[in-house]
Amino acid sequence: MYKKPRLALLFIIVLTLLGIYINLPKIHIFGKTVQHPKIITSFIKRDLEPKLGLDLAGGVQLTMSADMTGIDPKDQDTALESAKNVIENRINSLGVAEAVVQTAKTKNQSRLIIEIPGISDIDQAIATVRTTAHLEFKTLKKEALIDATASANPANFEVTGLTGKDLKRALAQPSKDPQSPGYAVSLEFNGDGAKKLEEITKNNLNQPMGMFLDDNPISWPPPNIRAVISDGNAVISGNFDSQSARQLAVQLNAGALPIPLKIESQTRVGPTIGQEAIQKSILATIIGLASVAFFMIFYYRILGVFAVSALFIYTILIFSVFKLIPVTLTLAGIAGFVLSIGMAVDANILIFERMKEELSWGKPKHEALFAGFDRAWSSIRDSNISSLITTAILFEFGTGSIRGFALTLAIGILISMFSAITVTRNLLKFFWVGKI
Amino acid sequence: MNILRYKNYFFALSLLIIIPGIFALFTWGLKLGIDFEGGTLWEVRFPDQQNQVLPSDVSSSITQSGVEVSQASSTGNNTVILRLKVTDESKIKEIKDKVNQKFGKTEDVRLDTVGPTISRELTQKALLAVGISILAIVFFISWSFRKVPKPTSSIAFGVCTIFALVHDIIVVAGIFAILGHFANIEIDSLFITALLTVIGFSVHDTIVVFDRVRENLIKHSGYSFEEVVNHSLTQTLGRSLNTSLTAIFVLVALFLFGGETIKTFVLALLVGIVSGTYSSIFNAAPLLVVWNKISQNRQQKVKNSN
Repeated sequence: MYKKPRLALLFIIVLTLLGIYINLPKIHIFGKTVQHPKIITSFIKRDLEPKLGLDLAGGVQLTMSADMTGIDPKDQDTALESAKNVIENRINSLGVAEAVVQTAKTKNQSRLIIEIPGISDIDQAIATVRTTAHLEFKTLKKEALIDATASANPANFEVTGLTGKDLKRALAQPSKDPQSPGYAVSLEFNGDGAKKLEEITKNNLNQPMGMFLDDNPISWPPPNIRAVISDGNAVISGNFDSQSARQLAVQLNAGALPIPLKIESQTRVGPTIGQEAIQKSILATIIGLASVAFFMIFYYRILGVFAVSALFIYTILIFSVFKLIPVTLTLAGIAGFVLSIGMAVDANILIFERMKEELSWGKPKHEALFAGFDRAWSSIRDSNISSLITTAILFEFGTGSIRGFALTLAIGILISMFSAITVTRNLLKFFWVGKI
Repeated sequence: MNILRYKNYFFALSLLIIIPGIFALFTWGLKLGIDFEGGTLWEVRFPDQQNQVLPSDVSSSITQSGVEVSQASSTGNNTVILRLKVTDESKIKEIKDKVNQKFGKTEDVRLDTVGPTISRELTQKALLAVGISILAIVFFISWSFRKVPKPTSSIAFGVCTIFALVHDIIVVAGIFAILGHFANIEIDSLFITALLTVIGFSVHDTIVVFDRVRENLIKHSGYSFEEVVNHSLTQTLGRSLNTSLTAIFVLVALFLFGGETIKTFVLALLVGIVSGTYSSIFNAAPLLVVWNKISQNRQQKVKNSN
């Protein structure tokens, strides 16, 4: 590539234009919204809006510890998974788009980490998340029985007294019934539950049985009771594939294996402070960039101009990468990026200092250029590796904002090697040395 | 330019900062934030109050409900920041309701709670991370400088790098212990991040200087070790200072305009980077010379006694 500076230059220009294009925000002109065309957005399966972390968007992060006492060790993973699922559904019902619920297990502690960015009523969100799931089995009201279409309306169902407390566990498994192949969900009830179930199935034979989690129907339309069940083992079969069967089992287990959740730590950020933080960090980034650019041009003159061009290309590229991965931007993450600006010019400073030396020894431009890049390489490589080691360790041991910082710094270091070496070198070859 | 002639002054200047720092670390220690100690940090705004709400008023109304307030201060714009020794959600709600009743509408600017198990885990992880980084870097340096020419050994390069690195850690930690005592500045998990970044940077700087020493040892084999190191230092001085300057520019921009939440973090980075540049030029390289002198003297003695 280096043998053909024209080609290399073309490559850099194309890459930069692509970067600018990715960075363009949605534009509103004449009442129309101009967006990135489908080609890119369908390739990465989402839009290219920047992802903002909690401290920039406002919102809440909760770390909740799950109280697993009283839950059979072999059911604990299922219980946690179900709790996660329930919380996800509840947050979605609040109309929050980008909430994330993660499970985190350590040796003796199971946790759920919940992030809800951009929510205004945090107290309400916490209350919604905290309540334990309530599962109820319902049958049709007597007065609704005459109406054939009644079973389509969840409001026509009434409580039976059979609840999640009576259910031991639910399990998705391949169907044993030859008439409905595929998958089925088997339910195992405890002693009390078995008695209640026998009663219900006897009285409602060939009627639908609705299952409601937090008052929302699951598995709708409801399955029909096809036989009297007296041993407490029921099977729901129908049009299930492995995934939908699993989904139903998870929802049933949320009721069967309710785990009390305790808020262990939380971070709430008001919406106004997030907005302020965005403006401040944009300002800080611009001032940081400008002062570095000014210094480089002031000190290295024409060489500095090339370094600054490379720095701008660097900034364009890094934001494209942030958008493409996507990296969730936090304050600490932005600090990592701003710090990497300093690192990005560091490689250039190393090279330029070396070139100045070589020039002062009377070498011609193209030889000084070659020597500068060649000799500075080992220091650039070694020092960047040591920084990458620390970012890797930070990423491994850190949580939240620490990871954000480590990630942006590491991406910054990697891209800066490209911009400070490949980009600057080719710019210099083409515009400074002249055609070779 | 003979930098090495003044090496004792450089060592003295380092000690001038390190000794009070160590003293502060041992007598006062670092002021730990809720990340490490557990507790709640609540920054609350009173948008409807015409007069400035006094932190002490808010604090005393909370103390009445039996919750200890370890710190209360104003951050301007009718905003009060409180540090509470409580992590229980229902208790926090109770406090919020109480403050709500007494001072009118409240707006959570920020509310962070860190429970005791999480803070314990975080502290362990932080210590482990610092330890592992130092180890990883020692290995990397020793490996990277394994082919260093005589008369020095790669161990000397490794040990001197670690010296500079420990120097920087103590400077940053010491200054924050002093700041914690006099200015109430607390350290959080981001401080550990800053410390680790400083470690990376410090080594970064030392490598550049040592890399040049390695190159010059081969090129100018006729000169004494001290002359070679001094020559390398003068050659890399411009680069070292300029690199630091650019990093300092961006950090000062962040410190002044980047917002309240990351101020301590940026300050730690700033102190660390200045210290890192200083230690690699004025401590690590001169130490290399001292090391070399001692080992040469020892060899001389062995020869003489034979």
